[in-house]
Amino acid sequence: MATYLEFIQQNEERDGVRFSWNVWPSSRLEATRMVVPLACILTPLKERPDLPPVQYEPVLCSRPTCKAILNPLCQVDYRAKLWACNFCFQRNQFPPAYAGISEVNQPAELMPQFSTVEYVIQRGAQSPLIFLYVVDTCLEEDDLQALKESLQMSLSLLPPDAMVGLITFGRMVQVHELSCEGISKSYVFRGTKDLTAKQIQDMLGLTKPAMPVHPAHPAQPQEHPSISSRFLQPIHKIDMNLTDLLGELQRDPWPVPQGKRPLRSTGVALSIAVGLLEGTFPNTGARIMLFVGGPPTQGPGMVVGDELKVPIRSWHDIEKDNARFMKKATKHYEMLANRAAANGHCVDIYACALDQTGLLEMKCCTNLTGGHMVMGDSFNTSLFKQTFQRIFSKDFNGNFRMAFGATLEVKTSRELKVAGAIGPCVSLNVKGPCVSENELGVGGTSQWKICGLDPTSTLGIYFEVVNQHNAPIPQGGRGAIQFVTHYQHSSTQRRIRATTIARNWADAQSQLKHIEAAFDQEAAAVLMARLGVFRAESEEGPDVLRWLDRQLIRLCQKFGQYTKEDPSSFRLSDSFSLYPQFMFHLRRSPFLQVFNNSPDESSYYRHHFARQDLTQSLIMIQPILYSYSFHGPPESKR
Amino acid sequence: MSQQGYVATPPYSQSQPGIGLSPPHYGHYGDPSHAGSPPGMMKPAGPLGAAAPGGMLPQGHLPPGPHQFGQNGAHAQGPPLQRFPGPPPGNSAAPSYAPYPPSTQSSYPSPVSTSSVAQLGTQLSAMHVNSYGSGMAPPSQGPPGPPAAAAAFQGPPRSSQPSILQPGSQVLPPPPTALNGPGASPLPPSTHRQDGLPGPAPPNAQYQPPPPPGQTLGPGYPLQQANYGPQMAGAQLSYPGGFPGGPAQMAGPPQPQKKLDPDSIPSPIQVIENDRATRGGQVYTTNTRGQIPPLVTTDCTIQDQGNASPRYIRCTTYCFPCTSDMAKQAQIPLAAIIKPFATIPSNETPLYLVNHGETGPVRCNRCKAYMCPFMQFIEGGRRYQCGFCNCVNDVPPFYFQHLDHIGRRLDHYEKPELSLGSYEYVATLDYCRKNKPPNPPAFIFMIDVSYSNIKNGLVKLICEELKTVLEKLPKEGQEETSSLRVGFITYNKVLHFFNVKSTLARPQMMVVTDVSEVFVPLLDGFLVSYQESQSVIHNLLDQIPEMFADSNENETVFAPVIRAGMEALKAADCPGKLFIFHSSLPTAEAPGKLKNRDDKKLINTDKEKILFQPQTNVYDPLAKDCVAHGCCVTLFLFPSQYVDVASLGLVPQLTGGTLYKYNNFQVHLDSQQFLNDLRNDIEKKIGFDAIMRVRTSTGFRATDFFGGIYMNNTTDVEMAAIDCDKAVTVEFKHDDKLSEDSGALIQCAVLYTTVSGQRRLRIHNLGLNCSSQLGDLYKSCETDALINFFAKSAFKAVLHQPLKVIREILVNQTAHMLACYRKNCASPSAASQLILPDSMKVLPVYMNCLLKNCVLLSKPEISTDERAYQRQLVMTMGVADSQLFFYPQLRPIHTLDVKSTTLPAAIRCSETRLSEEGIFLLANGLNMFLWLGVSSPPELIQGIFNVPSFAHVNTDMTLLPELGNPYSQTLRMIMGIIQQKRPYSMKLTIVKQREQPEMVFRQFLVEDKGLYGGSSYVDFLCCVHKEICQLLN
Repeated sequence: MATYLEFIQQNEERDGVRFSWNVWPSSRLEATRMVVPLACILTPLKERPDLPPVQYEPVLCSRPTCKAILNPLCQVDYRAKLWACNFCFQRNQFPPAYAGISEVNQPAELMPQFSTVEYVIQRGAQSPLIFLYVVDTCLEEDDLQALKESLQMSLSLLPPDAMVGLITFGRMVQVHELSCEGISKSYVFRGTKDLTAKQIQDMLGLTKPAMPVHPAHPAQPQEHPSISSRFLQPIHKIDMNLTDLLGELQRDPWPVPQGKRPLRSTGVALSIAVGLLEGTFPNTGARIMLFVGGPPTQGPGMVVGDELKVPIRSWHDIEKDNARFMKKATKHYEMLANRAAANGHCVDIYACALDQTGLLEMKCCTNLTGGHMVMGDSFNTSLFKQTFQRIFSKDFNGNFRMAFGATLEVKTSRELKVAGAIGPCVSLNVKGPCVSENELGVGGTSQWKICGLDPTSTLGIYFEVVNQHNAPIPQGGRGAIQFVTHYQHSSTQRRIRATTIARNWADAQSQLKHIEAAFDQEAAAVLMARLGVFRAESEEGPDVLRWLDRQLIRLCQKFGQYTKEDPSSFRLSDSFSLYPQFMFHLRRSPFLQVFNNSPDESSYYRHHFARQDLTQSLIMIQPILYSYSFHGPPESKR
Repeated sequence: MSQQGYVATPPYSQSQPGIGLSPPHYGHYGDPSHAGSPPGMMKPAGPLGAAAPGGMLPQGHLPPGPHQFGQNGAHAQGPPLQRFPGPPPGNSAAPSYAPYPPSTQSSYPSPVSTSSVAQLGTQLSAMHVNSYGSGMAPPSQGPPGPPAAAAAFQGPPRSSQPSILQPGSQVLPPPPTALNGPGASPLPPSTHRQDGLPGPAPPNAQYQPPPPPGQTLGPGYPLQQANYGPQMAGAQLSYPGGFPGGPAQMAGPPQPQKKLDPDSIPSPIQVIENDRATRGGQVYTTNTRGQIPPLVTTDCTIQDQGNASPRYIRCTTYCFPCTSDMAKQAQIPLAAIIKPFATIPSNETPLYLVNHGETGPVRCNRCKAYMCPFMQFIEGGRRYQCGFCNCVNDVPPFYFQHLDHIGRRLDHYEKPELSLGSYEYVATLDYCRKNKPPNPPAFIFMIDVSYSNIKNGLVKLICEELKTVLEKLPKEGQEETSSLRVGFITYNKVLHFFNVKSTLARPQMMVVTDVSEVFVPLLDGFLVSYQESQSVIHNLLDQIPEMFADSNENETVFAPVIRAGMEALKAADCPGKLFIFHSSLPTAEAPGKLKNRDDKKLINTDKEKILFQPQTNVYDPLAKDCVAHGCCVTLFLFPSQYVDVASLGLVPQLTGGTLYKYNNFQVHLDSQQFLNDLRNDIEKKIGFDAIMRVRTSTGFRATDFFGGIYMNNTTDVEMAAIDCDKAVTVEFKHDDKLSEDSGALIQCAVLYTTVSGQRRLRIHNLGLNCSSQLGDLYKSCETDALINFFAKSAFKAVLHQPLKVIREILVNQTAHMLACYRKNCASPSAASQLILPDSMKVLPVYMNCLLKNCVLLSKPEISTDERAYQRQLVMTMGVADSQLFFYPQLRPIHTLDVKSTTLPAAIRCSETRLSEEGIFLLANGLNMFLWLGVSSPPELIQGIFNVPSFAHVNTDMTLLPELGNPYSQTLRMIMGIIQQKRPYSMKLTIVKQREQPEMVFRQFLVEDKGLYGGSSYVDFLCCVHKEICQLLN
């Protein structure tokens, strides 16, 4: 066996998983003494060009509380056509389709190299991709023009059967009906009025089916889709129409007096977008793309008043509890984010303005739904244009690099429990035998919803070893974890990706060296950083730093070799050697330090940090300085 | 009992010192001996009771003949009155009358003497007939007249009064024999007949009573009795207590009236024709204070020489009493009906526009009255004394001018504000909202696109019409294109706004579903210039009918529609007018939602007024908001059932808009009427965002205002808009004594925004006389204006008081005014004589018409919406419109002289005037009827309808076929003339004699007994007479 480094790398490439510890301390007590929790960073949809999906459905463990997916770690009795679940030890019959199974004729999911398998689910209606553009019109003329062009361009990138919708807002919110001929029609809402989902749907006429059926026309099955399709139409039908509509889009016509900000009803616009999708495509993947050119200045979710002389809140104001609108606005957007997440809709925010745009308040919309957050100075910059284009980039199969409405389920063998996850997800509140009482990140559940994700979306998942010290695990025992991701592929298929991994247990007292050697300091640094950033969202900055410091000290205490009172004697083994350095950079990174950053910027950095894969995260923690020369490839410098 | 007046202010209710006014009494005029018994009771009042069939009232017989109804001069002269075919009396009378107004003053110095008096008496002698006429008839005509008149007038007025009263008071308990007639004394009816019939025929005249008295009476009488009993009971009870007559009464056509002599009672037609004969076609100059203008029905040319033209202001009286005691005594309302934007015929000078530049109009420092001919320049022209408050002001330097030898400024004739009664000022920024010049106004068209309107083709019709009518938006003088902007909204239970900006390739529709808190979704592109956006607008108008073709939305909203329009105007910062085309009860969930509350059970109860009040309290504040933002609402209603006009119409009424109603609208029949109204309404002269102030000279002030107005305080009359057809009636009360020297001056100033967005002031000045003699007051009254005032004040009172009380008060006040005249001004005569002042000769008949109007008639047969509609119409009517509305024009068509361009002479609105061989045209300003007698001449039928016979005539048509023959051409020309100048397009109904629809037509024969109650003219006159007798005693 190769080095741990190679092992780790191989595992990452195959399964998209990296653990802080690759040999697990076998008791709860020992695990806690390891300081860095047992955790992994998981990239659920890691791009695997070499992994063609299988065109059948997974075989599940028949125990209702388990339902683990058949995997290479399962014991299989080929003669009896039985398999034993490696999580709950339930013995299961193979389904009839597996009748021909034998040692030499194994299905893919039993082969060791297929620890990750992707299944395509055939049943159920396929739902189209849905894109709802929510566009701010309180922009400068050239900004708006650039944005319009980007949007028109994006239409050409969409598959013809993708559904699109358009909401524009400024002082008012306009929901454009795309199906009408001859006249462009839109529903207009006041930007100051908080409407419930029911009201919105009533006003958009989405709740019509209650109407008594006309005796002359017996039940028309066509009725329902036609209603929802007024606002969301397949792109091939309304391509021209929508392109024209976008072309005709004007700046918000309401006059903005001197010394005032334009009135921008972002809160209501988003609320209507969420309400519209909720009423038309619940539980179907969809992407709300919100383009804003400034802060919301009226209605629910307003972040700052329209008086220019009152600047938008700064960290200073927030510390002084001087941000008048922050709490209310945050609450508004949180409520929306949760509703969107519950329906599997993700929200992107593309904020381009020189000043802050209220990302602090709106961050939960992207963070909870797995949407993108883009921050730029203007829509008329290549930064925005290219970023936006990349959203629609395609993989080697010509499919979008995006997936929708995913649920991630984590199953553990009985010595382990799930403590929580940190990433662009929300809890689905599924209690089960493998859910820990101690929460790290978003906990208390074994399932999370990730409404929008791409091949790089990465979560940190934290575990707790629950095996008691006095119940030793037999030598050679392995702990197993299965990650099951249900999602809507961009080709509109429903898919399941199952990754099952196992690691050796080791007694920390007798085999500490093993455990130490199997420490993945990079993963550990990222996982600790995520914990720190997660804490920073709710705690005071200094407290978080103190906590990080204490963890580092405890780790050094545990694994360092030193003579008391002699600082120069301190040594850390290779597998730990870089870790303190990461912590050092993390301490001064914009993820934890807010000095010189606006609240929006901090939110923006944290947003990205909580979803990037390991390499990106490390770079973000510890920027690399490259030196370029004519004589060779760039070299990284300290 | 009825002491509390229906208008909150006291004068109505003040009990009169001289005349005990006690309503119950007059209910009993049938038998004076029962005077003490309660009103409205049905007890037999005497021997006749037994005789009356069906136990109907004995009093019923009273109207018959014995009354000697004084005739006016023309009648005395000859046959004119007799029947329609008669030659227009005007022709013969014209030369014979002395020039009227000047002679009045000069020839009768005594203030008490009336220039002419109509007397009605029980006595049969011809003397009465003549005596009234003395003033009018040229001496040569009626020899018996002048002596009588002379006797009457020469007697010292003061002393004569007691003599008149005295017999009355003595007489009351036991009526004197002379009084028998009117008092319905228990004498056998036949006696009355015989007494009565010869009466009306003046012995010396060629007059032929239509039915020979002897023949008709015998057989006729019982029949009459049978019909009359109930009828009179009805009439009698009506004023104190409603009309219990019921359908039984309606069944019988009032044939018996034939046996009375309707020609012997004052005829409105005669009065109109006389005035036309004397003053028609002449030039009326307004150079004298307090002169009485020609009647509204008379065409003449008016020359402004210092007082406002009567087209702008008409008064109930042109001579105010000097003291409030006098005013109370006479009970004649002091009111002016002001129509500030009245249309002026092309041969009269349009208003001059005065521009003082930045300094603005010259105004009195104290009372803020505007410079006008009533300002007296003194001290060589350096100062002037305000005619209204008497304050002495310095003349601003720029305005200084020397005075001539008679103290008049040298530039008197150069400055309109010094020499004219009416003129306009350019207003300065001080007169603008927020001190900014206003934006040009906007018209917003709001179309109900609910299922029914789409289905019946109305939406298509409107959209098609708008395409052409928008070409004719009103513009200011020399403007090339109208500065008005236009906007479009359609709605059912949600609202659709349209962006029709000229740069758009196609219109954009914006749906606002938040009807609970409606707002304007767009700013730019909603209100556009028609010229610039023409193609987009046409595109839109083409699409609207199709866009909603599949809609099956039945529910509508209403208040949010108005609010949306108002908000749009507010957002655009301009005044404007909303044209709403609506057809149903707004039942959708939204503010102003209405439910069907039409409850016939409330009729004839104290709660009846509820039916005239708006259903919710949403509309009143909405109207207030509209007025505050200069948003006028005109509503076109197309109801097929109850739509609650009282609620829907409130905003149009209070914002100076117009309400049009087309019941059961059918595109193929009613389009023309509607389209004419629409065109007319869009094109008519209009001022926006107006505020009117009526200033008066010291001693009296304006106290009450009626019309399409909103009042936030007691003096400023706010109008979101005022057009050429809207009039405001202003009532005046005394503050103090008025002096005969200075008279009573009125200045009405209207600040408004023109259609091109210019702020202007329109000033009308009128000087009235004052007198301490009641006679002068009575001499200067104008009955048409009085009726306008009575109608408006009564219709306003309908909201607060039971109809019964209102009717009572109207009758009482009529009687009171006449009794006061009789007591104080008329020459001594028998108490039983009914003496009417010349100026009020037709007051009873008009008053009766008012009382019979469906608004005041509590009858479940009449739709509540129709009553609310008519109530609302009358509230903004000018004098000419109200005159026609209450007393329709009835003209014979079969006697048409196809070569002449003059209209055939009108005849009185009574069935007796119709003939089976005739065709008649009746018009009241809202409806037009072409009545075809069963034996109409076939050549006429052929000429008009292009069908061979009466039976072939299709009564469904609402337009006459356009045929080339002279009958058709002339008839259509006549209809055109009648329609001209009327604010509403009249719906034409073809009525055949003895067919069912004739019932509708009959309602307009206002001198007859009403179909749904309401007494005939004759009966009412008797009732009033009785009442007067009571008062005099």
